[in-house]
Amino acid sequence: MKTIIPRNTIDKMATVMLWASAASAMLLLSYIIGYILLNGMWVVNLSFLLESPRLSGAEGGIFPAIVGTLALVAVAIITAVPVGIGAAIYLTSYAPDNALTRTINFGVECLAGIPSVVIGLFGYAFLVIYLGFGFSILAGGLSLMFMILPWTVRTSEEAIKTVPMELSEGSLALGATKWQTIRRVVIPSAIPGITTGVILGIGKAIGETAVIMYTAGSSLLLPHSIFDPVRTLPYHLYILASEGISGKMAYGTAVVLLGMVLAINLLAVAIQRRYESKEVK
Amino acid sequence: MNQRTSERIIEVSLFLAALLAIVIVLLILLFLIKEGAPVLIKFGLRDFVLGMNWNPIAIVGEPSYGIFPMVVGSIYIAIGALILSIPFGVASAVFLIEIAPGWAQSVIRRGIELLVGIPSVVLGFVGLVLLVPLIRHTFGGCGFSILAGSIILAIMALPHIITISADAIANVPTSTREASLALGATRWQTIRHVILPSARSGIVAAVILGMGNSIGETMAVLMVTGNTPILPEPIYNVLDPVRTMTSNIVIEMNYAAPGDHQQALFATGIVLFLMVAILNAISHTIIRSKRVSTR
Repeated sequence: MKTIIPRNTIDKMATVMLWASAASAMLLLSYIIGYILLNGMWVVNLSFLLESPRLSGAEGGIFPAIVGTLALVAVAIITAVPVGIGAAIYLTSYAPDNALTRTINFGVECLAGIPSVVIGLFGYAFLVIYLGFGFSILAGGLSLMFMILPWTVRTSEEAIKTVPMELSEGSLALGATKWQTIRRVVIPSAIPGITTGVILGIGKAIGETAVIMYTAGSSLLLPHSIFDPVRTLPYHLYILASEGISGKMAYGTAVVLLGMVLAINLLAVAIQRRYESKEVK
Repeated sequence: MNQRTSERIIEVSLFLAALLAIVIVLLILLFLIKEGAPVLIKFGLRDFVLGMNWNPIAIVGEPSYGIFPMVVGSIYIAIGALILSIPFGVASAVFLIEIAPGWAQSVIRRGIELLVGIPSVVLGFVGLVLLVPLIRHTFGGCGFSILAGSIILAIMALPHIITISADAIANVPTSTREASLALGATRWQTIRHVILPSARSGIVAAVILGMGNSIGETMAVLMVTGNTPILPEPIYNVLDPVRTMTSNIVIEMNYAAPGDHQQALFATGIVLFLMVAILNAISHTIIRSKRVSTR
């Protein structure tokens, strides 16, 4: 005998299932973050943050890895931001609709799709060996730049596109040149969006590992110039965990790394919020 | 310098900035080919991609470079990740657009942003300390396995699948939805028979993109899959360890001597690059054709 379930019951069951799937996704996320924080929180203190590691990282702190991470990200951001914003201005305000423009857009898409380990290989062959930078902050930072450039271009483009046409038309009608309009009208209105994009880009760059493994090296010494090798936090975490050097130190490093990324995420959200609330007024 | 020349100079420098992305892509291709092609020519593309035996430092006999087990490993783990993340992801996307009240929407959106932000090495670490022991105790084996890799990759793919599917679902016109409800269909009937079919191509694009991302992922997979360069035995045994193409590159770059061995790693990079590029191209084509057709 075939039993027929009333469709309203099915509808209710389906609704419960959909609630459950979304709720379990959120629970899983909180579990992952909570697990790391609870296990690693007690490792993190001032001396962990400010001391150099001893015995390959089994004891001591992670100061050089923090410095290394910040140095690499700084190089990547300083190079990617002007180029990325420039490219975005060109693509939104100057580019004619022709084959070359489509090729440029295709190139940006391509670059965004290249697996990070392949960019790492390229960084090794081109920057470390061919240009002779060696394992260094410079080589690692530029490799990271290749990684975040497409992101910078796309988010800046989005931000510029949201600037109302009337604003730039008004400026042009007043006799301003195209560049004056872009510099004094378009860019200032797009700055909050661009800033959010750049900050999220920093968050991405901090966590990247495969790109910098064979470009920045793995030195645990403090760097003195951009030609010195460094180890970053994610690489340090990988080595600590996979070589079984110290579980305790690995948890601590993971907390610091996660904390940095989450803080940056919150900062981006805060900027976006503040901008949106201004918009409403 | 008059105004017109300076305007021109600015336009040209902006153009050069935009051109840089292509220059980088071309340089990447050039250097991959320059470093990887010699070994492909020496051993033959077919034997390289379909060869079963990866033994770069042979103690007895000739070294051999066959990456087939790793090609299979990469695809295997990516498909496993999709099987786990698609039902979850699409259900969450449907929930987000069709059912969730305002507060739940903002919780989910914030959660997705957080999940995207977690560095892959941290997820790999969580996999290493939580998932691998769990699998070892529950199912036996060493724990480092295809299953572990697929679960971690599924978690990484989830936010992307939710976001793109949610966009596709949100793009289904409200009139379509209302017509179905007006005919007396329940909300679930509308979702299943009207909304999901109309959003299908967007969801397919999300899935293919997720596949490409999963194949290209390195650190998280590297830390939980055990990395043995042989096929699982028997082939459907998801508890066996496996090595992906990305792991192969990262592990062996450490000690590969310049020459055939290092070149074979660049050649692995070429194969990886091509697979990911093809998947991305398919996915972008679907997304773009959908965008045009809805106009």
